[in-house]
Amino acid sequence: MSNLLLALTAVILAPFAGALISGIDRKFTAWFQGRVGPPIYQPFLDIIKLLGKECMAVNSRQRICVMVYLISAMTTVFLFFLGSDLLLIFFILTIGAVAFVLGAMSAPSPFSQIGAQRELIQVLTYEPLILLSFAGFFLVTGSFSVSYIQTWDQPLLFNLPLIYIALGFALTIKLRKSPFDISASHHGHQEIVKGSLTDYSGPQLAFVEIAHWYEIVFILAVFSLFWSTSLAGMAILLFLTYFAEIVIDNITARSTWRWMVAYVWPAGLGMIIINYVFILSI
Amino acid sequence: MFKKFINKLTLTSRVGSPWMVHLDCGSCNGCDIETWACLTPVYDMERFGIINVGNPKHADIFLVTGTVNHRNKHVLANVYNQMPAPRVVVSIGSCSNSGGIFRECYNVLGGADKIIPVDIYVPGCPPKPESIIDGALQAVKMFKNANS
Ligand code: SF4
Repeated sequence: MSNLLLALTAVILAPFAGALISGIDRKFTAWFQGRVGPPIYQPFLDIIKLLGKECMAVNSRQRICVMVYLISAMTTVFLFFLGSDLLLIFFILTIGAVAFVLGAMSAPSPFSQIGAQRELIQVLTYEPLILLSFAGFFLVTGSFSVSYIQTWDQPLLFNLPLIYIALGFALTIKLRKSPFDISASHHGHQEIVKGSLTDYSGPQLAFVEIAHWYEIVFILAVFSLFWSTSLAGMAILLFLTYFAEIVIDNITARSTWRWMVAYVWPAGLGMIIINYVFILSI
Repeated sequence: MFKKFINKLTLTSRVGSPWMVHLDCGSCNGCDIETWACLTPVYDMERFGIINVGNPKHADIFLVTGTVNHRNKHVLANVYNQMPAPRVVVSIGSCSNSGGIFRECYNVLGGADKIIPVDIYVPGCPPKPESIIDGALQAVKMFKNANS
């Protein structure tokens, strides 16, 4: 019962947390670039403004896809805090990713189409890494259940250091941060205008953004599994992880999809396999 | 009461988060450079929540520079029509305000307001970044009066 309550609270609070995190993200980015930057509550203003704008959806399929994307993002957060199975969460994550690609594909604009193709390649790149990382959790703890993994008596980071890095790659791609922001550029970089997000506007864009906030929370929740023994340790690990994401986002240029596949697969899969050998040999 | 609160929230957020799209209708590049200077760390328009989105479907403010001619008037109207309401148009520089030094040319129509409704005119050839930012913020204030 208490788990259900926790999960419901998480679903309600997650967008606020996600918005705050992306506000802090923007503040840090501004600080790195020697600017003042927008206030931390800026993402809230953005989303309220977008929700209040005229609705100009390209077609009805797009609306359905946005809803599926949002609901699947909410479900991943819900299931995670419910302590459910990692594999189930992974499948729901995939449904959301596919819905997002379909939404972008439903619009005839070439920017949207190219964005969708690239998003598909991104999904293809990070999915195996995430799945194999979850298998790494299984190899150590003997269970895919989040609630069981959380009760493990020592931080999993000691057993899974390389998987932590590989998952870092996967989740940078999932967050569409530099150097892997190839499907939807943000702010000044306009190579494909806004890629897969080009044809969303007004409330639709707001829903995509809210779904993205859920994803941020979900990703941080997955990273929290690496140090679930103490709350302070978890907080420090999450802060360092996200801070590293922001730094990498700021110091790297966008890569091409070929570079991404050619680099992330060998490096990521290699690290995961070395980590497997390490786990199985002790 | 609740509706009033939501209305106020929407208006505040509109003023606090205007995203801009910039169209260069064949300017000499002077105005464009000054407009882009506003986005650099020196002027930092993002302080006011202004992001350059480069996509009319996401934008609230439309910044126009350069002379409007028979070729690009369709582009101008097209970009404007793709912006979801509420939206405001800021015309930057003499060229876009009235045709500027090119107004006598046979292919030049005059200002951007011949094609789309312009809300704010920023004078100058080229205007200073400070006055462009001022123009953008004046335009944003117009959201307060818009009831859509
Ligand atoms: S107003 Fe002056 S600086 Fe601006 S585009 Fe025209 S000629 Fe160039």
